[in-house]
Amino acid sequence: MAPPARSSQSSSPSQPSGKGEVSDLKSQLRQLAGSRAPGVDDSKRDLFKKVISYMTIGIDVSSLFGEMVMCSATSDVVLKKMCYLYVGNYAKVNPDLALLTINFLQRDCKDEDPMIRGLALRSLSSLRVPNLVEYLVGPLGSGLKDSNSYVRMVAVIGVLKLYHISSATCMDADFPSILKNLMINDRDTQVVANCLSTLQEIWTAEGSNSEEASRERDALLCKPLIYYLLNRIKEFSEWAQCLILELVAKYVPSGNNEIFDIMNLLEDRLQHANGALVLATIKVFLQLTLLMTDVHQQVYERIKAPLLTLVSSGSPEQSYAVLGHLHLLVMRAPMLFSSDYKHFYCQYNEAFYVKKLKLEMLTAIASESYTYEIVTELCEYAANVDVPIARESIRAVGKIALQQYDVNAIVDRLLQFLEMEKDYVTAETLVLVKDLLRKYPQWSHDCIAVVGNISSKNIQEPKAKAALIWMLGEYSQDMQDAPYILESLAENWDDEHSPEVRLHLLTALMKCFFKRPPESQKALGIALAAGVADFHQDVHDRALFYYRLLRYDISIAERVVNPPKQAVSVFADPQSSEIKDRIFDEFNSLSVLYQKPSYMFTDKEHRGPFEFSDELGNLSIEPDVSAQHVEADDEDLLLSTSEKGDVGFPLNGSSYSAPSYDSSKPLTASNTSSDLAILETGVHHQASASLAIDDLLGLGLSTTPAPAPPTLSLNPKAILDPGTFQQKWRQLPVSLSLELNVSPRGVAALTAPQALIMHMQGNSIHCIATGGQSPNFKFFFFAQKSEELSNFLVECIISTSSSKAQMKIKADDQNSSQAFSALFETALSNFGML
Amino acid sequence: MISQFFVLSQRGDNIVLRDYRGEVQKGSTEIFFRKVKFWKEDGQEEAQAPPVFNVDGVNYFHVKIAGLLFVATTRVNVSPSLVLELLQRIARVIKDYLGVLSEESLRKNFVLVYELLDEIIDFGYVQSTSTEVLKSYIFNEPIMVDAARLTPLGPAAIFMQGSKRMPGTAVTKSVIANETPGKRREEIFVDIIEKISVTFSSSGYILTSEIDGTIQMKSYLTGSPEIRIALNEELNIGRGGRSIYDYRSSTGSGAVILDDCNFHESVRLDSFDIDRTLSLVSEILATFELEPGASGQTADFKEANKKIEWNLKKIIGGSEQTLRAKLTFSQEFHGNITKESGPVSMTFIIPMYNASGLQVKYLQIAKKSSTYNPYRWVRYVTQANSYVARL
Repeated sequence: MAPPARSSQSSSPSQPSGKGEVSDLKSQLRQLAGSRAPGVDDSKRDLFKKVISYMTIGIDVSSLFGEMVMCSATSDVVLKKMCYLYVGNYAKVNPDLALLTINFLQRDCKDEDPMIRGLALRSLSSLRVPNLVEYLVGPLGSGLKDSNSYVRMVAVIGVLKLYHISSATCMDADFPSILKNLMINDRDTQVVANCLSTLQEIWTAEGSNSEEASRERDALLCKPLIYYLLNRIKEFSEWAQCLILELVAKYVPSGNNEIFDIMNLLEDRLQHANGALVLATIKVFLQLTLLMTDVHQQVYERIKAPLLTLVSSGSPEQSYAVLGHLHLLVMRAPMLFSSDYKHFYCQYNEAFYVKKLKLEMLTAIASESYTYEIVTELCEYAANVDVPIARESIRAVGKIALQQYDVNAIVDRLLQFLEMEKDYVTAETLVLVKDLLRKYPQWSHDCIAVVGNISSKNIQEPKAKAALIWMLGEYSQDMQDAPYILESLAENWDDEHSPEVRLHLLTALMKCFFKRPPESQKALGIALAAGVADFHQDVHDRALFYYRLLRYDISIAERVVNPPKQAVSVFADPQSSEIKDRIFDEFNSLSVLYQKPSYMFTDKEHRGPFEFSDELGNLSIEPDVSAQHVEADDEDLLLSTSEKGDVGFPLNGSSYSAPSYDSSKPLTASNTSSDLAILETGVHHQASASLAIDDLLGLGLSTTPAPAPPTLSLNPKAILDPGTFQQKWRQLPVSLSLELNVSPRGVAALTAPQALIMHMQGNSIHCIATGGQSPNFKFFFFAQKSEELSNFLVECIISTSSSKAQMKIKADDQNSSQAFSALFETALSNFGML
Repeated sequence: MISQFFVLSQRGDNIVLRDYRGEVQKGSTEIFFRKVKFWKEDGQEEAQAPPVFNVDGVNYFHVKIAGLLFVATTRVNVSPSLVLELLQRIARVIKDYLGVLSEESLRKNFVLVYELLDEIIDFGYVQSTSTEVLKSYIFNEPIMVDAARLTPLGPAAIFMQGSKRMPGTAVTKSVIANETPGKRREEIFVDIIEKISVTFSSSGYILTSEIDGTIQMKSYLTGSPEIRIALNEELNIGRGGRSIYDYRSSTGSGAVILDDCNFHESVRLDSFDIDRTLSLVSEILATFELEPGASGQTADFKEANKKIEWNLKKIIGGSEQTLRAKLTFSQEFHGNITKESGPVSMTFIIPMYNASGLQVKYLQIAKKSSTYNPYRWVRYVTQANSYVARL
């Protein structure tokens, strides 16, 4: 606890009691404004300090604006700086007053002292007042040409500030091209770095509505610039180096020699003490070698030691950031860190968030090797007085058990946890035992024997209680007391606050009833009565449903509620491989720590320069992902009614039969409307004008015959190397994305995807990569126009379980993507896919 | 690229706030503090907020230094490593200028702090974090906080070099205070700090062991002379692909094997591979802080975290100390009691000793004149990082 120091600090400002203090300051500032008495600057300094301190603690001192500006006519740099700070803070809310400052700031921009010039220019560009930008252009222009690098450095960032206040003014003054020039010619590396930051931001922002700007943005990735920056990289500050490396990571070299040159040049950056710089270097290495499997593996080996050093040498916060990246890497290459697993043992005094990530690392490694050692270590943590870590450790043991085929030893460990008789340990363990039994029903005898001894009275946590109740219902034939425990729970229905537990209790009693009717009939009656009267809608509905089902036919009820089950083979991975790849592409960013791609937590304008421009939003219709949308507890209950593998089907099946999901309809609509868009731009048929007018007159499209698709012929011998494909895929926006229904014949054909690839090739559409496994297949195709070098790129994901194909088309010539899409579709349908 | 930077006290008071880009709403300090203070994860309240989290599209980064929260915000998907490193560096630069990093020193010197912040970052982009480079842009002079009110440096006071005693307050000097020539003491501090982590199993077997060491330097030399540090000649880096737990003859014979190492920006490694010397132009590399030491021998049971704490002021080498503790449980206990009572964790500091054997053979400072002979303090210290025996 810090002492109440404020009262004793005579020199530092105390909290003002009210407006009186501000007006006090106002009159004092007035007195000093015109004074030329000796020592006046010192008094001013004290007053200014007071004003700034009020500003810091959030008191509105904007009413002093006029007085502050009056007092700022001084040669004292300290005073000037405080005044600049003040003005920067309040100019935006007081644009009229801000005008007052323009004069003295512009004068200072021409001061003899470069320091004053720089400071004044920085303040001038920080005013954030739109109608004052005209006063900014001149000083910025001369600032960029200043002989002093400090002033140029400030001016470059000033251009960016101007862009944010008024992009038009910035572009009209042609500042970007001046910066481009400065970036390759300035001797000062910080000026160069600032040019790069500024241009990246401007071109990225402009890129969304100007093709020229997006070309300029891509030009930042051109070979001469990249080489120019790389060759000088060590002259830059460590922060600027990070900026350059981030750029280099997006660069696509033309060949392997180039890749090795770059990696050799950057090799020693891996030994830097700045973790951010090391991670940025690693990103370059990983991205460059993506298509070179062997080298990629070598890179993993090379980066291991620097990463481990960073984990143990930096602050706990830095360790956290690095561990997050290690976790990403270990998920991609589980063997990588297996011999170093002891590095991830938790240390006594580590922060919770570090320990938690270390547990995740251990879990990932243990699924491949050293399982016994790691589980033993985790069991030590389970006895820890640090409760959150104890819980996490038990969960980790459970996860390992669910990944392993040989769970013999692990089950014993889990059951030992129950003997510890600690509430939270028991609670966590019960949840795990339940999942374990769903995967390995053969262990039920061992588990049931132990679980049967647990008194439900000692279990308070809803999740754990629900798990116990599930087991009691599921294995009631093997657990002597099951009906009586459930009965006592049903009798105390009103004491049970968690609806999740009450839902489970209903289902468990139903199952118990089918197995041991005489013993549980009474309890079921109590539960159904209480359930129907329950205030919670879901509980009420389920009770009523069960009740009516039982009345209708008991044997049918049994088939619905307690059918024979198959063991769960693999629990769904919460993340699709698509998302994982996306996170990997965003290495050394927040995506890795949040374990989400940037589009899930950041709005489009803030994804940073060179982020992928296309959306992946529609990914969620993949079956295994949609199953994840079902809440965990509901999922358990669903599993009672159908086999796990079928979870996706009832949902999908019902929706596909509904006419509103007929995907061909929206498709034709979009076909015509975007054809219209083509026509309106006047690229193709002259007839377009009348057609567009027809539409404007409200005649509707249905009466107008669809225009003939513009002819497009493809080059049957098109060539595109994977590197270029990758680069283009990143740079081009999605020009068309559509979803098609796949015919049963098409689904069957995918057992041999090669046939599809051959067929498409016959249609001049070439496959460059395939991936995925049943039920999700992924193809990347490309095609080129026969008359010019204009590429079409296609990502096609076909899911055989949902019988859908999702396509994304990117094209050099956006206008012809519709025509290409038609060709593509025809080719697919000729193959019998659609 | 960051949007805002601020420093909060432990109570959540705003000490310094700089909004660089105006992209994040005004109430961000309160949102941040409430989130950190009442962090919940999976419904568990005990958990500790991670250094990075996102609330409504705003990313908050924070590091805890000297009881203060250094925070940055941004809406952009930036490199977390970069921002966290930056926050550390900002704190270090501020400490270099103020001498002491505390709530009081920040409050007294906030104008100087703003001056620094304006030069370190412009519109969210890092410009420079070098204490040396920043010197030419800084005009305010630090107001020193009362040295008597500082927590005693504890172990630092133990450091001796021959018969000379290391001035305990030296590391709390500002780099720009007392710039008057002649008055200023020419000195340089080199600290070899090693943190050891060992875990013993209940049978006494060593489960894990590692040493993390740093060489830190703080220079008060004028004129940035070149400094050369020579380390052990038999210094090997890397184990050629062997696991670090695969020990082979790394002890004895004076040879030191490092698994890996990294270097600060200003270090030149031109001759490192040849004769194991590092050279650099005088700059503040890092600062050195140690926790206050133990006072007398006491033993106490802390109810809150269920720990027995036993403090010993000093242990003479080769001696043995025993503590008997009796555990009384409020209710009957069935579980494995030995497993429940443990582990034993030791925290200690061994001055003028380092476990790895890494040595500074010499510390050479480029001479300006024959009479130029600055004070050189080379100190070794070994600290327990996580020294744990399981029962």
